[in-house]
Amino acid sequence: MSAEMERPVAGPNYAAAARDAVLAGVIALGVFGPLIGFKTEQNMNNQLVVENRWGIVIVIVAIVVIGRFLLKAFVFPALVTRKANAGPASTDESFFKRNFKTIGLAFLLLYPVIIVSMLGYQQSIKWVDNFGIQILIYVMLGWGLNIVVGLAGLLDLGYVAFYAVGAYSYALLSSHFGFSFWLLLPLSGILAAMWGVILGFPVLRLRGDYLAIVTLAFGEIIRLVLINWREVTNGSAGISSIPKVDIFGWITFNVADPTYIGKILDLPPSSAYYKIFLYYLILALALFTAFVTLRLRRLPIGRAWEALREDEVACRSLGINTTNTKLTAFALGAMFGGFAGSFFAARQGFVSPESFVFLESAVIVAIVVLGGMGSMVGVAIAAAAMIGGTEILRELSFLKAVFGPEFNPDQFRMLIFGLAMVTIMVWKPRGFVGNREPTAFLHEKKSVSGSLVQEGHG
Amino acid sequence: MASVALALLIVMVVSMVLTSLMSWTIERVAYRPLRGSFRLAPLISAIGMSIVLSNFVQVAQGPRNKPVPPMVTDTIVLMERNGFAVTLSYKQIIIMVVTAVLLAGFWYVVQKTPLGRAQRACEQDRKMAALLGVNVDRTISLTFVMGAALAAVAGTLFLMYYGVVNFSDGFVPGVKAFTAAVLGGIGSLPGAVLGGLLIGLIETFWSGYFSIDYKDVAAFSILAIVLIFMPQGILGRPEVEKV
Amino acid sequence: MTAVIETQDMPVGHQGPPLLSVRGVKTYYGNIIALKGVDVDVHPGEIVTLIGANGAGKSTLMMTIFGSPQARTGTVTFDGRDITRMPTHEIARLRIAQSPEGRRIFPRMTVLENLQMGASLDNLRYFDEDVERMFTLFPRLKERAAQRGGTLSGGEQQMLAIARALMARPRLLMLDEPSLGLAPLIVKQIFDAIRDLNRNEGLTVFLVEQNAFHALKLAHRGYVMVNGLVTMSGTGKELLANPEVRAAYLEGGHH
Ligand SMILES: Nc1ncnc2c1ncn2[C@@H]1O[C@H](COP(=O)(O)OP(=O)(O)OP(=O)(O)O)[C@@H](O)[C@H]1O
Ligand SMILES: [Mg+2]
Repeated sequence: MSAEMERPVAGPNYAAAARDAVLAGVIALGVFGPLIGFKTEQNMNNQLVVENRWGIVIVIVAIVVIGRFLLKAFVFPALVTRKANAGPASTDESFFKRNFKTIGLAFLLLYPVIIVSMLGYQQSIKWVDNFGIQILIYVMLGWGLNIVVGLAGLLDLGYVAFYAVGAYSYALLSSHFGFSFWLLLPLSGILAAMWGVILGFPVLRLRGDYLAIVTLAFGEIIRLVLINWREVTNGSAGISSIPKVDIFGWITFNVADPTYIGKILDLPPSSAYYKIFLYYLILALALFTAFVTLRLRRLPIGRAWEALREDEVACRSLGINTTNTKLTAFALGAMFGGFAGSFFAARQGFVSPESFVFLESAVIVAIVVLGGMGSMVGVAIAAAAMIGGTEILRELSFLKAVFGPEFNPDQFRMLIFGLAMVTIMVWKPRGFVGNREPTAFLHEKKSVSGSLVQEGHG
Repeated sequence: MASVALALLIVMVVSMVLTSLMSWTIERVAYRPLRGSFRLAPLISAIGMSIVLSNFVQVAQGPRNKPVPPMVTDTIVLMERNGFAVTLSYKQIIIMVVTAVLLAGFWYVVQKTPLGRAQRACEQDRKMAALLGVNVDRTISLTFVMGAALAAVAGTLFLMYYGVVNFSDGFVPGVKAFTAAVLGGIGSLPGAVLGGLLIGLIETFWSGYFSIDYKDVAAFSILAIVLIFMPQGILGRPEVEKV
Repeated sequence: MTAVIETQDMPVGHQGPPLLSVRGVKTYYGNIIALKGVDVDVHPGEIVTLIGANGAGKSTLMMTIFGSPQARTGTVTFDGRDITRMPTHEIARLRIAQSPEGRRIFPRMTVLENLQMGASLDNLRYFDEDVERMFTLFPRLKERAAQRGGTLSGGEQQMLAIARALMARPRLLMLDEPSLGLAPLIVKQIFDAIRDLNRNEGLTVFLVEQNAFHALKLAHRGYVMVNGLVTMSGTGKELLANPEVRAAYLEGGHH
């Protein structure tokens, strides 16, 4: 097949590349020049004074010019050649790929054990907490939202509202009434699902952009109510000293308790036990979400969701009650959001409206979409990459040694996060696991035409 | 006064040019590669880009508020009774005039010019537009440039009116703008104006008569209620197209 | 069945170089091949028709000529210029106009605006004059001038799609199944219109049709496409008389 392919000669064309690079430089100068070249600072008298920083601008422009030249002259031609020479994709997958789910699951189960045996209890906390638990919360949220966005195709930009409902339900009911986590976990899920129905009922008739904006608005409403209803929610200050989870009252994680885990198991006191316990708790919750989703997908309701995603009009004419179908997806997604929320509150011991801003919703939607819309494994990979990635960025304080003590790597965290979102989307528009797991034929066909043909699909 | 107006005009034009260039670049980098991809891809890219932009400004210009000295301070007293005065400031007049002029110009471009027709054609069926000789890429680039230029004007007016600006100031107006567009009916220019006016009036009256804390809640709730009864927005046209 | 079938005689320009020439074109959708090496010629002043079963690749050929999708191998030449790798809009600017499969009327534009879109190449220079011609050709469009495209009936949309293509003053008019979903009377009207335009103004037409009988009667020459390949070609008369064509595309059809 490759023999008969006529392609334009793909050798480096330095003149064109140089021209392109200069143009890119001019554009970069326009884009970065004013915002970086000038910086306004307030002086003693509260007046703005302008500083010049053209040195940085020159560096940036130089990077753009050189980078663009290299891309144009070497990388793009190489890509074209590789694409032309690429044969049909090999069908035999490696052992690792074939058993990815099993290996992944085993790794997740053993993760705390590995970390503890490598670093000891005290050092393990950061890794279990910041990486393990944090990522798993987003995996769970991603899987929950996946029901709504990935399966039913409803763009929900206010998912964080249900997360908030779950978190505040646990925070309020446990602080005021002393209910245990194990009672409140299902209760928060039910409360969140109820909110899902209340909010979903009026808005689910809307389609596409309208649904997205109204869910976004609802997310904001809930957050604003949490901020302003100070008598109940304590406003922006939030609710603190939320009780810890215990193991059904038999084992607890407060050093003072007679049932403290250290006393029962005869271990030295350490906060690592609680983190490890939380790790397994969120893992169990996440797997429960996955299990329910996979189960439902095989049931008529799951098929109805996927049909709905592909073609709503056709669904209606087939006699599917689209409102109820959407509502179930919405409520189920909300319920898992609620579970995750109550876990979040228990883990932090503190909740405030700050944790439930639109950005959180955006991050969760991004995880679902980057994961490949509907693919459970993809969502998990996306969550690990995006959340793990930003956590790693927290560890960049060594850069202070390079750029001086003024340098604050944390402020670059969200910048890099945003760049990663754009880059991944441009690089793999169908997500990490775009074309796998054909749950419906139409979807598979679409994924072929969608990625390779210029035709857009709604 | 004249010098202030001139300064304002220069600032506006310069920021329009710069923002347009930026928007053009962003379209090339973050949206064009996704053209023809599935529906959510550009949305995610857009959310990512908005995170990038506001954080870029934070990194480049620092996280603190930037106050500027008041430029236009004069007011006109319309009515006065019992010591209470109804006033109209020059700032407000400037905003209204600029908005009205831009609105008229923009409406003219979209409805009456070949570019506007091409824009609408691309919105409705890009492939067909190309078959009729419309340069789709160029049209979309120009649309981004126009949108950015308008946003730059809005930003300048915002700074002039409030006298202080911050890297994160874009988010709430952005969401409100989207809300206003949806409320009025996406794709309808008069709808966008009506939606914007309604959101503003609801917030003002709600703050005045009830509680300022819940003004955004009120605005969003009205949006939700309107959309329940008019899913296309107030002036949006119902979808009755044949497929 | 034995009635004498009247077909078109060859037009004068037939001997010169072709206006449109498709050579060895292969087109893929992803990894799926849709055109497997197609050769087609359209000479100035001709009406050429392409017939074939569903999924044969007729619409794909029409779109490949417009570079959307582009041919992976082979060449498309228009008026002596290689247009294989040209962007779609530049191909359109060479004055090739298409009424595509599915009509693709702009749904939220009025009939008049849709026609303006068709005339945008000349920046509406001949708009008034041409629109009058379209309204005489399709009086129905005149009544509906202010109606939105999306609310037209299927037949009205078809007329609009053809009229919109004609508004470009094309050198080559490509029609993808203009008779689809139309009442026989309207079909006849449209085919008569095409014939008149061809006779009186020398308009070159490349026509894809399911309605093989009418198409072959109208056309000077025809091609038969099967599974991404041209398997037969000849004058309209020859193809109409060909037993294979009769068996596959004509029997049980009309009369
Ligand atoms: N966008 C696409 N993606 C993938 N395959 C496609 C696409 N468009 C067409 N095909 C396939 O290419 C083949 C040729 O399709 P084409 O539309 O050209 O047929 P056709 O001859 O016009 O048929 P019809 O008479 O039904 O209109 C078909 O098998 C079709 O399924
Ligand atoms: Mg076809």
